Amino acid sequence: MLKRFTLRVLALLLISSFAVLNAKDTIKIGALVATTGSASFLGDPELKTLQHYVTKINAQGGVNGQKIELIHYDTAANPKKAVTFTKRLINQDKVVAIIGPSTTGETMAIIKFVEKAGIPLMSMSAGVSIIDPIKKYVFKVAATDRMACMKIMQDLNRRNLTNLALISGNGGFGKSMRKECKAIAPNFGIKIVADETYGKKDSDMTAQLLKIKNNKDVQVVLNPGFGQGPAIVTKNYAQLKIKYPFYQSHGVASKKFIQIAGAAAESVRVVSPPVIVANKLDDSIANKKVALAYKNEYEKTFNSDVSSFGGHAYDAIYIIVDAIKRAGSTEPSKIRDAIQNTKNFEGVDGIVNLSETDHLGLNTKTGMIMLEIKNGDWTIVK
Amino acid sequence: MLKKYNINNQIILLTGILIIIPFFFQNDFYFEIAILSILNALICIGLNLLMGYAGQVSLGHGAFAGLGAYIAVVLSSNYGLTPLLSIFIAVVIMGIFAFIVSKPILKLKGHYLAMATLGIGIIINIVLEVEDEFTGGVDGMSVDSFVVFGYEFSESISWYILCASLLVFTIWAFDNLIKSPFGRLLRSIHDSEKAAKSVGIDVSYFKSIVFVISVVIATVAGSLYAFFSGFISPQEASFTHSIELVVMVVLGGLGRVYGAVFGAVILTVLPQLLNSFEDYETLIFGSIIILVMIFMPKGIVSLFDKVVKKESNHASN
Repeated sequence: MLKRFTLRVLALLLISSFAVLNAKDTIKIGALVATTGSASFLGDPELKTLQHYVTKINAQGGVNGQKIELIHYDTAANPKKAVTFTKRLINQDKVVAIIGPSTTGETMAIIKFVEKAGIPLMSMSAGVSIIDPIKKYVFKVAATDRMACMKIMQDLNRRNLTNLALISGNGGFGKSMRKECKAIAPNFGIKIVADETYGKKDSDMTAQLLKIKNNKDVQVVLNPGFGQGPAIVTKNYAQLKIKYPFYQSHGVASKKFIQIAGAAAESVRVVSPPVIVANKLDDSIANKKVALAYKNEYEKTFNSDVSSFGGHAYDAIYIIVDAIKRAGSTEPSKIRDAIQNTKNFEGVDGIVNLSETDHLGLNTKTGMIMLEIKNGDWTIVK
Repeated sequence: MLKKYNINNQIILLTGILIIIPFFFQNDFYFEIAILSILNALICIGLNLLMGYAGQVSLGHGAFAGLGAYIAVVLSSNYGLTPLLSIFIAVVIMGIFAFIVSKPILKLKGHYLAMATLGIGIIINIVLEVEDEFTGGVDGMSVDSFVVFGYEFSESISWYILCASLLVFTIWAFDNLIKSPFGRLLRSIHDSEKAAKSVGIDVSYFKSIVFVISVVIATVAGSLYAFFSGFISPQEASFTHSIELVVMVVLGGLGRVYGAVFGAVILTVLPQLLNSFEDYETLIFGSIIILVMIFMPKGIVSLFDKVVKKESNHASN
C-alpha cells in the first residue's frame, strides 16, 4: 500500500514539475502558429519567418541590449489548443507579447485571455471581427477581408460588371469574407445574384457551380475561401467551361495555388497583398523595398516561393520589436501603448499607422492589389 | 455502513492527491492542465463504462460531448438561462437523444457499431459547423461566465475544486455501480451476449442505459469545459476528439475505473511535456503510445497491478 502510494505521488509530482525554467535575461515573445493541421500552409511560412528574423535581430545585438527568445507552440488550428497554449505563454512562459494565431477562430477564442492578462496580441489572421470593435490589447497585421472585398468591387466597377455570384467556403475565412462582401456590395452598386457555399473537406463543387452556370443573371463569380477548396472550385470551373470572369480571394495568394489548379487557374483574378509580386511593383509604392527584401530573403533562405502569410509574421515581429525599442521597456502595458503609437512603419503588408481607433493601420489603397494569372504566373492588373 | 457504500482506499487516496497537488501548482497554467485532465477523465469514465464493461465501441463520444456542450451554451448565451439550468436541460435532451439513437445502433456489433457512432458523430459535427445562426459556425462562439446561485466561477481554483469534486463523486458512483448487480450484468454482456440473453437479461435495454449514462457524463464534462474556457467551437465535436477519447480509455486500461483516469491525465499532460522536442513531438508521442500498447496491452493502469500484486505476495509470504 505504502509503496503504491509513493509511486503514485511520485508520478504526479513528475507530472506537476514540468516547469521549463529559464532564468536567462531575454525578452520572451510568444507565437501561436498552426504548423500542422488544416491551416499548416499559413503556420509554416509564419513560423519560418519568425524564427529567421528573430535569429537575425539577435545577431544584430537584439533589442535594447537584450536578446529575443521566441517561444512557439503549434495550435493545429484548433481553438481549444490555442486557448491552452495562450495560458501557457501567459502564466508559465511569462511572455511580454504574443504573435498569432494563424486563424480567425483561434484568435477570437483567445482574445478574452490576453485582454484579462494585459498582454499585447498581434494576430496574423484576416477576420475584421478581431479588431472591430477595438479591444485594448488586440492588434492585427493582415489586411482584412473587408479591404479585399473593396478591392474586388472596385475592379468590378471598372469592368462594368454588376451581377456577382458568390461561392464561399464555410470555414472562418470564407464565411467572414462572404459576410463582408455582401455587406459592402450595395455601396458599389453590385448585386449578389447567387450565394452558394461548400464545406472545407468537400472534394467536388460541380453541383454549386452548375447552379451558378445556369443562372442567367450572373456576370461574374467570386470564391472566398482558403485551403484546397478554391483550387477545386477553380478546376471545376474550368471543367464546366463557365465563361464568366472569375475572382479568387487573398486566401489563395501563393504560388502553390497556381501549381495545384494548373491550367484552370489561367486568367483567374486574385486579390492579394503586394508581397508576392514585390519585384513587379511600381517603385512609387512606399513599402516596395521592404516587401522585396523580404521576398528575396525568404526565397533564398527557404528555397520556396514567398506567400503573403509569412509577410504577416515579418510585420508582427518587427512592429513589436519597434515598440519595445520605443517603449524602452518590456512591460506588456508599455509595449501595448508603444504598439498603438506605431507611425509610418514600413511593413511587408504596407505602411502601418496604428491609433486608438485603428488597430490594423493599413491603407485600403496599398494594402491589397489585383492580380491576374497569366501563363502560370502573376501579373498586376493596373 | 462503510462497506455498503464502498468508500474504499483508492477513493480516499485519489481525494488526497487531488487536495495535495494544487500546492505544487506554480501558476494558472497548471490548473488549466489539471482541469482539462479531469474533464477528459470524466468523459473517459463514461466511455469506459460503455467500452470496457458493456463492450460497445463508440467513435462518436467527442461529438456527443460537443453537442451537449453546444446545447448548454446556446441555452445560456442566446436564451439567457442560468448555466446550471442549461446544463440540466442539455443533459435531459442528450439523454433522450442517446436513448433514441441507441435503440437502432446498439443492435449492430463490432465494426458496424463503430461505423454507426462514427457516422452520427460526423453528422453532429457538420450540423454544428453549418448552423451558424445558433452555433457561430466553424469559428465557434464565446460563452458567458459560469454563475451558480450568484457565485461566479472566475478563478482557476474554484473550477479545480468543482471539477475535482465531480471526479471523486463520479468515480465513487461508478465504483458502486460496477459492484452492484447492474455491474455484474454489464460484464456478463461484455463476456457473452448470447449467454446473457439465455439467462433472460434484456441485453438491448441495458446497453441503451449504459449508452445514455456515458452520453450524459460526456455532456456534463463537455459543457463544463465550454464554460471554463469561455469559448466553444465545432472542433470539440470533431472526429479527432472522439478518437482521442477512445485512445485515452484504451491506453489507460479498458474496463478499469482508474484506467480511464490515467489515460486522460497522461494524454492531456504528455503533449505539454513533449513540447520542447519541437518538430519531433508527434513522433515521440506516437512512439510512446505504441510502446505502451505493446508492453502494457492492458493499459497503463496494469502497471500498478504488478506493484499491488508484489506487495500482497510479500504479505502472504
